Amino acid sequence: MHLVLFFIFGGFCVAGALNLLLQRHPINSALSLIVVMTSLAVLYLLLGAEFLAAVQVIVYSGAIMVLFTFVIMLLNAQREERTHGSRAAYILGFPGAAALFAILAFIFVQNGKSLGFVDLSPSTMVGTHQLSEVLFRNLLLPFEVTSVLILIAILGAVALARHHEPPRNQSRPAGKEQR
Amino acid sequence: MNGSMTVLRILPEIIFTITGVLIMLVDPVMPREANRKPLGWLAVFGALAALVASLYQYSLPDGTAYFGVVQTDAFSVFFHVLISGIILVSALVALDAVHPDTENLGELFALISFGAVGMLLMTSGVELLLVFIGLEISSISTYILAGFRRKTAKSPESAIKYFLLGSFATAFFLYGIALTYGATGTTRITDIATGLATTHDLPIAVVGLAFIIIGLAFKVSAAPFHLWTPDVYEGAPSPIVGLMSTAPKAAAFAVLLRIAYEAFPQLQSHWMPLLWIIAAISMTLGNLGALRQKNVKRMLAYSSIAHAGYLLVAFTVLSADGVAAASFYAVAYAVMNVGIFAVISHAGGYEDRLTLIEDYKGLAYRSPLLGGAMAFFLLSLIGIPFTGGFFGKFYVFASAIHAGMIWLAIIGLINSGIAVFYYLRVLTAAYTKPLDTSPVLNVPRASFPLLLALFLTVSVTLILGIAPDRILKGARNAAETFPILSSQQPPLNATPGAPSMAELSHKP
Repeated sequence: MHLVLFFIFGGFCVAGALNLLLQRHPINSALSLIVVMTSLAVLYLLLGAEFLAAVQVIVYSGAIMVLFTFVIMLLNAQREERTHGSRAAYILGFPGAAALFAILAFIFVQNGKSLGFVDLSPSTMVGTHQLSEVLFRNLLLPFEVTSVLILIAILGAVALARHHEPPRNQSRPAGKEQR
Repeated sequence: MNGSMTVLRILPEIIFTITGVLIMLVDPVMPREANRKPLGWLAVFGALAALVASLYQYSLPDGTAYFGVVQTDAFSVFFHVLISGIILVSALVALDAVHPDTENLGELFALISFGAVGMLLMTSGVELLLVFIGLEISSISTYILAGFRRKTAKSPESAIKYFLLGSFATAFFLYGIALTYGATGTTRITDIATGLATTHDLPIAVVGLAFIIIGLAFKVSAAPFHLWTPDVYEGAPSPIVGLMSTAPKAAAFAVLLRIAYEAFPQLQSHWMPLLWIIAAISMTLGNLGALRQKNVKRMLAYSSIAHAGYLLVAFTVLSADGVAAASFYAVAYAVMNVGIFAVISHAGGYEDRLTLIEDYKGLAYRSPLLGGAMAFFLLSLIGIPFTGGFFGKFYVFASAIHAGMIWLAIIGLINSGIAVFYYLRVLTAAYTKPLDTSPVLNVPRASFPLLLALFLTVSVTLILGIAPDRILKGARNAAETFPILSSQQPPLNATPGAPSMAELSHKP
């Protein structure tokens, strides 16, 4: 049962990711990203991480993707154009991605035996209690420092996107101010 | 765990965070037309306080805090001092280059302070997740700062380019951490080495390490991951280039050293050839690329690629000498690069009035001080004796030769020869008497922050070139914090009769 579900949703995930890359319209790409996120949530559930699965659906498929689609619609983004550079990206990108995939697949298959198995019986399940212990105790500092990361992201968005009125004092040519 | 000790271990980070928050709080309450330069002074004093705090950290006993996530030891404190110093000088340079009506001045200084938090955490973090978040803080703040001259076409272009390629590299780094976790079951740098000893998933660990190296090689702009560097340096404001070509790189080199020597010492037969190749390609491509450039900032971008290569030469020396040489080189490179960008950002201004090498014609006649400082830093970048650049290169190549890396040292020395050409081109331009018909080079008067920045960089470069013993000792102590390199243990590559770095320093 687990295996069947894994293959179904793993397939969805890969298909969604490929569709995301191949679609030329940003909205279609964003919608296929929702498919990827949701099928990932199911995969997490299959691995016994219920909390992570729920958070994945709420945060990624919900909040973040809504924001994505809003931004795309607000910007009124059109179909992407093919340029000389994008053709070069196809020529170099596909073999590069294929090579990376081949290396990783080879290593995972070859070392599959030694990777071990996870016991998914209820007694070994990781609940929110253990999760919060890791997040708010062992990894407290990285968790707190993330706030600085978010702060600079907001700061940067404001600084780069803010609309500036033209300088009041037009008579002063640039570069001649007293220092 | 001792409560106050815990806070002291991240004291410089806390000071930088408070500085950034203060700037952000003061900025909106200032009147709209007010001169926002005092915010720059706030950043300068914050950096000064962080520098003092970093120096104070030398008096702390080595140890970890916050459940073993950060560690202050001679190594991390060495880089703390270096990065705080770079931020201090960069804030002074930025203060000199900007005008009172430069847009987003408050955000500029706040981002410099916050970026420093990430860089400092990278050097003291011993948990890969913390290192990753620090890397992101430092990268995202530099992406934004690169695009700060919004009115020009080049600056936003450089920011977008930097952001897209940088995110790609970050993904590699993160995937590397995930694979390492898969192989060893831990993301703690100190535990990875013990995990590797018992693991059966060696190939996965090797791929994970390779991905981590790719991610970090991008951040230090080592070839073949250097393509973004010239464009970004050309588009970004000059005072910011001085910052982002040194501080984030020093932090990334510190992370690479810690990961290579503390987490993956068992895999050195794998990472050593990889870094050998990256070092050789970086030196060659960087110097050959710089030869063809007419734009000074693009030329310095290629030169920074080459310098990343020289620094990586020291990585392949599997001994405390190598790590000490790498740390010393990081200091020498940072000081002279911040210095030369101080000159460029003063002469060219925040808007980049001077771009080509020809534009610098007659700089020394117009302003002997700036011309002299530029000449001094260029000589240091070449590696002329009595400058920091000379001893940096000397220790790197000496340790490489003693470790048997003859070919790498030869490649490096040939490259140092090539480098003389393009540095001298700028130098001769600065000291050429301009024709009477050519437009007069308009260099503003040097302000107090600039004089202070130039004084600091010139004096440190001189100290590094004349009396490097103290800083070398600091680098040496830093190197010995890695268990595998400490003097109690036999050296990795016991070459009998090879003189140690301490002996070498007395007979240059």
